[in-house]
Amino acid sequence: MIVIESLTKRYGSTTAVDAVSMTVERNSITVIVGTSGSGKSTLLRMINRLIEPTSGRVLIEGRDTESEPAHQLRRRIGYVIQGHGLFPHRTVAENIGTVPRLLGWDASRIRARVAQLLEALQLDPALYSGKYPHQLSGGQQQRVGVARALAAEPAVLLMDEPFGALDPIIRGKAQDDLLDIQRKFGTTILLVTHDIDEAFRLGDRVAVMSEGRLIQYDRPEVLLTHPADPLVARMTGSTERAMRLLSLATAGEAALPLAPNEAATSGLVVPTSASLREVLSELLWRGSECATVVDRDGTPQGRLTLAAILAHGRSR
Amino acid sequence: MSTPGFLLPRPASERDAAALPGVDRLGALLVLVGAAGLVLLPFVYFKANRIVPGDPLGLAQVLPAWAALGFRATLAAVAAVALLAANAPLRLAAGLAGIVAIAMALAAAANALTPPHDLVVRVAPGAGFWLLLAALALLATDAITRMRPGPGARVLLLIAFLGAAGLTFAHGTFDNVSVMREYAVNASAFKVAARQHILLSLGSLGAAVIVSLPLGIACHRMPRLRPGILGALNIIQTIPSIALFGILMAPLGALAAHVPLAASVGIRGIGAAPAVVALFLYSLLPIVANTAAGLERVSPATVEAALGMGMTRWQTLTSVELVLALPVIITGIRIVLVQNIGLVTVAALIGGGGFGTFVFGGIGQAATDLVLLGAIPTVVLAFSAAVLLDALVELLDRVPR
Repeated sequence: MIVIESLTKRYGSTTAVDAVSMTVERNSITVIVGTSGSGKSTLLRMINRLIEPTSGRVLIEGRDTESEPAHQLRRRIGYVIQGHGLFPHRTVAENIGTVPRLLGWDASRIRARVAQLLEALQLDPALYSGKYPHQLSGGQQQRVGVARALAAEPAVLLMDEPFGALDPIIRGKAQDDLLDIQRKFGTTILLVTHDIDEAFRLGDRVAVMSEGRLIQYDRPEVLLTHPADPLVARMTGSTERAMRLLSLATAGEAALPLAPNEAATSGLVVPTSASLREVLSELLWRGSECATVVDRDGTPQGRLTLAAILAHGRSR
Repeated sequence: MSTPGFLLPRPASERDAAALPGVDRLGALLVLVGAAGLVLLPFVYFKANRIVPGDPLGLAQVLPAWAALGFRATLAAVAAVALLAANAPLRLAAGLAGIVAIAMALAAAANALTPPHDLVVRVAPGAGFWLLLAALALLATDAITRMRPGPGARVLLLIAFLGAAGLTFAHGTFDNVSVMREYAVNASAFKVAARQHILLSLGSLGAAVIVSLPLGIACHRMPRLRPGILGALNIIQTIPSIALFGILMAPLGALAAHVPLAASVGIRGIGAAPAVVALFLYSLLPIVANTAAGLERVSPATVEAALGMGMTRWQTLTSVELVLALPVIITGIRIVLVQNIGLVTVAALIGGGGFGTFVFGGIGQAATDLVLLGAIPTVVLAFSAAVLLDALVELLDRVPR
């Protein structure tokens, strides 16, 4: 858990971050979204003290970040930046082992951890350990950047526009991978982006910043249904918001109970993890009225009707 | 519809025919230069003693008829390869064979013209010899360039060249050639000069590296300092070397006169001290500028990542920034080392020692052979340093950065 208490950064007469207070929940993804110059990156960089705050404080797991030297603090916090920042003169394995080496892990423990992370990120250790960053594709470089940040098992992972340099198709895959990684390692992730779609796709909670101030910080559906500020409403997009709401809910959550005599799966079958937006789109395409929701084993869990889906897209 | 023919470029086939198909252009030029040297200029000079100008002699006058014929046949074969062959190893072999041939001809001429046990007469290489040597060396180096050898192969070639030269000297092949006669007289002074030359070059370089790296890092970290530091070093660079030696004589002399400690560690207005100081000052700009440029080349994202991972500033500098800047920094050191090896020669004027002692001594005595005794090893030293450091830069640059 990260507790940020009235954190402020001033450069001369301009205030980059203005008394921001917020709490980042453990084992979740929190996204800070804002336009460039909104102070979101400055806020993130004050957490690992790449920028020293003018006033206010940050507590990680109850401990003030000022209570130890900055470089020691940073070894406990994962950090991923746009354009990955991999060390070009070091191999993939050496890059990933950077923080463990700084922490003095022994070589065999580092090797095992590197292999584990490469596998978790779908890079064959035998194939990729010895490669240099320039021999990898953009998506692979980004994954190695994430692996490097996670190497020393940090409780907190800070990500500054981590997918900004990727093209849209690879970005979607990288976002899915991040969700998997978060579920697998249970890391607390604080991610900064200017892309509202990315914020809604990844964030358990989304913070909207503008001109150094925190405007609204809540679950994404609350941002859509109850924007605290015209700016939030504008960012979430009035013509898009119904579809965004649908994309936030999964088929599993919205499924209606099966009628007792309706065990046989017929027509469209969707997994519980599909978003309502995807189910709606598929129903429209097929001209169907109803879909069966199945779990991973293919056992029917419930059903979804067009009407039930549409009810989810209404403002509450 | 017709177009006036002279407005159109000539067809390719016509142009090729005009340029003689299959003839190597550089080869043609080198053959022309070499032939002119062989026919129009004396191959050697015969001098009654080391100072008189000497009589020009052609090959035919110094070699037995069969040897002169063999020599001409060898050079004709080399010329044919230079003109017609496209195969680079063959061209290299031809260039090297030519160099061996003229070296052997020079040694044979010296042996033939020198009476037994005579220590006064001198047989010196003439303008024809030097022109042939230049043409053949260009043929060989051009062939090496065409072969694109890797850094390791270039160092091996250098070692082979130095080894072959060393073997012929040890064997005494050239003992009757004037420069080696001069060496025989000055052997002990030559060893002292060689040590001084290398020490002055490397010592001033070492001191400059120690001072330049922090200055270069400061230029990079504090951009406001940059124009001042580089500007001051630029001004030093514009002072001619002899003037700088002169400028340093007064303050260093005064220092020696008034500070006994300075005098006791060897600081004087003349000698090695002003030479080292001047070379040191000249060495600063290339290393400082290249250090700053090398550090600038490091991506800011890489530095931010290093700090964000929890490296200290010092760890970031030494294990990321300087490592990535190293090829550019070594390039600066290469410039300085080659420059210093040349400049040390001038330092002999103020008593700094080194091979320049022979150069200026030779000029004073009008003894060309003595000038060559200083000049040739200086060139070989500078050339070797350039090849070695170029190879090092290329090796470092191979590690992806």
